[in-house]
Amino acid sequence: MSPAFPRLGGGNPQLRPDGRLGHLLSIEGLPERILLEILNTAESFLQIGERAVKKTPTLRGKTVVNLFFESSTRTRTTFELAAKRLSADVLNINVATSSHNKGESLLDTIDNLMAMHVDGFVMRHSEAGAAHLVARHVDQDAWVVNAGDGRHAHPTQGLLDVFTILRHKGPVDQLKVAIVGDILHSRVARSQIHALSILGCPDIRVVAPKTLLPAAVEHLGVRVFHDLDEGLEGVDVVTMLRLQQERMEANLLPSSNEYFRQYGLTDKRLERADPDAIVLHPGPMNRGVEIDSVVADGPRAVILPQVTHGLAIRMAVLTSLAGARDRDLHRDHG
Amino acid sequence: MNDSPEIEPILDQMAAQLRPLLAEDAAMVGIYTGGVWVAQALHQRLGLETELGQVDISFYRDDFTRIGLHPEVRASHIPFDVDNRVIILVDDVLHTGRTIRAALNEIFDYGRPARIVLAVLVDRDGRELPIQADVVGLHRRLAAGAQIKLTGPAPLQLVTRGATEHKA
Repeated sequence: MSPAFPRLGGGNPQLRPDGRLGHLLSIEGLPERILLEILNTAESFLQIGERAVKKTPTLRGKTVVNLFFESSTRTRTTFELAAKRLSADVLNINVATSSHNKGESLLDTIDNLMAMHVDGFVMRHSEAGAAHLVARHVDQDAWVVNAGDGRHAHPTQGLLDVFTILRHKGPVDQLKVAIVGDILHSRVARSQIHALSILGCPDIRVVAPKTLLPAAVEHLGVRVFHDLDEGLEGVDVVTMLRLQQERMEANLLPSSNEYFRQYGLTDKRLERADPDAIVLHPGPMNRGVEIDSVVADGPRAVILPQVTHGLAIRMAVLTSLAGARDRDLHRDHG
Repeated sequence: MNDSPEIEPILDQMAAQLRPLLAEDAAMVGIYTGGVWVAQALHQRLGLETELGQVDISFYRDDFTRIGLHPEVRASHIPFDVDNRVIILVDDVLHTGRTIRAALNEIFDYGRPARIVLAVLVDRDGRELPIQADVVGLHRRLAAGAQIKLTGPAPLQLVTRGATEHKA
């Protein structure tokens, strides 16, 4: 198998020499035009879910593997449905049932799947950089989508978040966005911050206790708040992050009750935000820990639209990757 | 080369040919981009009450994995029930027939029409599929490698590029 590095352009291992997207590993460093292309394409895919036949023949004959080393119902099912709606064949491989239990390495697994002429990989792994490793290893025509690697990146989540913001609030270059919660461990927060920055959002805030903020987080171009009321003042968008119980066990936080008192989003707290502010959450939610049910089920929540948009974004990403091959051929169709 | 014939009388003539279909509760769909311009002109001439539909066949192209996606795909939009309806499908230039094949596939993903009538502004040679138009504005025979393209939306003009054009 040929190594992937020589075909990839410049400093960004995701881009092909012709500037097209070769893999989707991280939002960081992607040109704005690629983000806009994916967002624009997703807009077209949204309406396919409303048709009698919710399918296009775009990836007919292609095989996509969902390779999940971490459990995830929502992300895996939306990737699976996205590939199926594009008419691809889909293999779901979960680590619990795979040969990894017998000691097979990640790259051995990839080699075996490549020998079955798989076209694309959607991969989730607990280690940051795992998707990059696979992208360097696969055949030249195969592509890799990072569906979450450690604390590093979850690019399709970042894209679906900005897609949701664009659809509900318009262009981000006038918006104030607050991201609240466990920024330290959140690949969702990182991907959303990168996507918003690339699209020109002028006011991105992170709101969290000091124990849940990465060092030098300001270098990402965000403003830091430790007080939720201050952080929410006048914002147009609030993204609440899921708080994991192990943060309590690791003594990063006193208790879930205390956390909710200081950082939980309630209707009263939301009054600080713009009256038309929307609330996002990547799910699954801990009701009563980071978000109150009244807000989660209220009129400002766009949490279920995020799921619908996630499907369209994943269809758009798979389409962009599968369609980026041999672009120099003549376009005329007639 | 821009030696565009007068488009308006051609559209009048196409509308006249399509008018008898209106009794069948026909609805119209244009193919992005040029086909939508022609469809808008015909839709207006015929005074159709049903809103004009539009399809972008990018996701249905048979050469998608070779040439990829256009960076600006438009959302298809068919704002009426396709089932058991007469659909007037409109494009600017009928050449290989592959665009029409893709558009037919896409329309069938919305439902099962009673009949589809194909109307094109220009019918040129070079067919690769057994597809022909029911209503044609004008016929063109062009040498291999030549292109004929509709520019618009206003004014609509036909531009021919490449080898010498031969009128049929």
